[in-house]
Amino acid sequence: MSADIVFSLHRFSIAFGNMKVVDNLSLDIRRGETLALVGESGSGKSVSALGAMGLLPASARVSGERRLSGTDLSTLTATKWQGIRGNQVGFIFQEPMTSLNPLHTIAKQIGETLRLHQGLTGRAARERVRELLVQVKLPRPDELLDTWPHQLSGGQRQRVMIAMAIANRPRLLIADEPTTALDVTVQQDILALLAELRETHGMAMLFITHDLNLVRRHADRVCVLYRGQVQETGPVSEVFNHPQSDYTRTLLAAEPEGRPAHLVPSAPALLETRQLEVAFARPKRLFSRRRPPFVAVHPLDLHLQRGETLGIVGESGSGKTTLAMAILRLTGSTGEITFAGDRIDHLKGDHLRKRRGDFQIVFQDPFGSLSPRMPVADIVSEGLRFHQPELGSDDILRRVTRALQEVGLPADCSARYPHEFSGGQRQRIAIARALILEPQLLVLDEPTSALDRTVQKQLVELLRDVQARRGLSYLFISHDLAVVRAMAHRVMVLKDGAVVEQGDCEQVLHSPRSGYTQALVDAAGLSG
Amino acid sequence: MLWRFRSGLSPITRRRIAVFRGNRRARWSLWLFALLFAISLGAEFIANDKPIVMQYQDRWYAPMLVDYPETEFGGFLPTTADYRDDFVHDEIASNGWMLWPPIPFSYDTLDRNLSHPAPSPPTGRHWLGTDDQGRDVLARVIYGFRLSVVFALVLTAGSLVLGVVVGGIQGYFGGKVDLIGQRFTEIWSGLPVLFLLIILASLVEPNLWWLLGIMLLFSWLGLVDIVRAEFLRARNLEYVRAARALGLPSHLIMWRHVLPNAMVATLTFIPFLFTGAITTLTALDFLGFGLPPGSPSLGELVAQGKNNLQAPWLGITAFITLSLMLSLLVFIGEGLRDAFDPRHILAPMQPDTETSMAPLTKEPADER
Repeated sequence: MSADIVFSLHRFSIAFGNMKVVDNLSLDIRRGETLALVGESGSGKSVSALGAMGLLPASARVSGERRLSGTDLSTLTATKWQGIRGNQVGFIFQEPMTSLNPLHTIAKQIGETLRLHQGLTGRAARERVRELLVQVKLPRPDELLDTWPHQLSGGQRQRVMIAMAIANRPRLLIADEPTTALDVTVQQDILALLAELRETHGMAMLFITHDLNLVRRHADRVCVLYRGQVQETGPVSEVFNHPQSDYTRTLLAAEPEGRPAHLVPSAPALLETRQLEVAFARPKRLFSRRRPPFVAVHPLDLHLQRGETLGIVGESGSGKTTLAMAILRLTGSTGEITFAGDRIDHLKGDHLRKRRGDFQIVFQDPFGSLSPRMPVADIVSEGLRFHQPELGSDDILRRVTRALQEVGLPADCSARYPHEFSGGQRQRIAIARALILEPQLLVLDEPTSALDRTVQKQLVELLRDVQARRGLSYLFISHDLAVVRAMAHRVMVLKDGAVVEQGDCEQVLHSPRSGYTQALVDAAGLSG
Repeated sequence: MLWRFRSGLSPITRRRIAVFRGNRRARWSLWLFALLFAISLGAEFIANDKPIVMQYQDRWYAPMLVDYPETEFGGFLPTTADYRDDFVHDEIASNGWMLWPPIPFSYDTLDRNLSHPAPSPPTGRHWLGTDDQGRDVLARVIYGFRLSVVFALVLTAGSLVLGVVVGGIQGYFGGKVDLIGQRFTEIWSGLPVLFLLIILASLVEPNLWWLLGIMLLFSWLGLVDIVRAEFLRARNLEYVRAARALGLPSHLIMWRHVLPNAMVATLTFIPFLFTGAITTLTALDFLGFGLPPGSPSLGELVAQGKNNLQAPWLGITAFITLSLMLSLLVFIGEGLRDAFDPRHILAPMQPDTETSMAPLTKEPADER
């Protein structure tokens, strides 16, 4: 049995200075097996993999036993390491946009590892690269050999990365969040490909992810990490059905659940658009006719009642955010937008600015949406100070405190700066900034995508609470159907800027009519 | 306009100050430069041809502030008293006393009682000697230092305002505004500044304000590109978009959200703008197209040093003064640049900066 073990760690620890980031990690992976390393951001998943392969900066102190098919990795010299990395161990990283060198063609990119480890050059290398491209199921392999990375889509680049990783038939494949940056439908294809390659090559795979759905479907065994400590290790079915540790239980229960509150059927309409279209002019080339404009959102009609949540679903590039920006009048558009009975598509300058308090937005990135130079009270009260300049500083402070309380933050945080808060707390600050103006419509642009599952769940609950209390309408933009189901009354599915399907949320997700929606639902792994 | 709940510095600013203070060379340069500038600001009290205070026939006089006619001290002419004149000097000395500045010469005082023909070498009377017109070199250096620094300060401040406004408007609004603005600055920056100044010198009597005005017309161009690029980048940051969604007017967004970002790149540029201004002024004076004749100018001292190679104290003084001033400014500029460089966080810190670093090393507050 022990001969079967490809990779093992025993009492493995990593520390930066005084901070232990991985503590006493023990695991082993057998031939043809996938072990998933699961945990929230900062739990030490990636650091463990990098540390085991000696890829951390010198300031990291790595201790413990690590073995690759019997070789003790902790005593290797630099030259020995080079023979192992990329040869016996293949890596796939998260970000396909930056992990390929933009100045090398695909053939050169993959050929490099072949030349280094197998001494293949010229025609032989090219032939082998072509073979690999076929293996990772890239279309038109002959043409792809001479393309540059920027000509490929994210999914295609990730396939190239995989081809590089398996080029030397490694025994161990380390996949560090290989699909996080990809659209959900592409995710499934990539993972299926990885599973197939693992079978045919008999590789062991270390699969690092934060997404439990993927673990459930694609891993054999799972190891749950929390703050550098192993919480639980075991076969997937066992861990998922009978979790032993408290943390695993919280993680498993962290799927957003529940449904939004029922709608008042006769609620008046808050927002209506008619033939709303967003098009961007393309640059004119010298001596040639201007190409037709790029239509980001095809003409669409949309309506939203008071107290209702409309989920807007689609993959990246489908025009979700552009649509929201057009409705908020932050991007130019054509067509009618009626908000609370008034046409707002013709408003300009001061009239528009006065109206902006009624429709607010919360952005995706909790790190980028708060000015790092302002204390929280300034950030939250900024809109209030502009829209109601007659308020005294006592009134403002009281309103800030109330807004912070409403989003579940202690009042004493108002004098602190954004960097002192976690991602979820920052998102709450962003919500408080929007709520203090007492808007009627809140656009939520992927508000939970950058957060861990457990934090997501809390935020979803908060948003539903606020909606019930204030009768707010939400425009909820997301690619994550699990969150959408927990938030939205109705959904609208967008693809390439056009509506594919819309209707009652439960109905659309349960029995989608279009193939595209079906693919999204399948990919999200929604059960029932 | 800056309305804040917590007065004091933001953590970013505190970190930058800590980094700057951690750089010993920059810190000492800043202190030394500040000291020299402070001294030169009080140049009238250090080098002057009038006493600071005096008593004459039991009455108090402050000749530095008030012009007294010579008749006041028993003279015959109703002109302003010349306190270095032997007659006036003796008259006052016998009927009271005078408190002289340490250097009893102003920058334009001609010393007629030289022991050697001008330029005379350093003596106890003239510590750095005199120039070829018999004026005290040390007095001229002190006044010239002040003039150069003030000129550079005003020029830098003016360029900063113009450059930030123009660059900010171009970058923030983009599109046609940016296109037209960029073409204009490109053409404008193609004009030859030095030739314009030389032509001007033949048309009008150039004084400090003329020079300042002309140089201001061109010196802001260097800043525009930096500020514009920063504004272009920052206008798509999410918190800037959030501010737009809040309904804030453009000028407030630019002032509160975009400008602080752009200031980082701009501030690191300032010390070099400053040294550039000093160098240009010196060069113009050296060529004789700068300040009007008789002004205390370092460039003119360089020119004198070149014309009087037999009097090396002129050239050496000019060289040491200029190189000291410019080196100090460059060291300060380097310190500023490093302080604003986000990659410099990991630089070894002095232990005394630990208290100001505390908020940064604090663990982010936990969610659950």
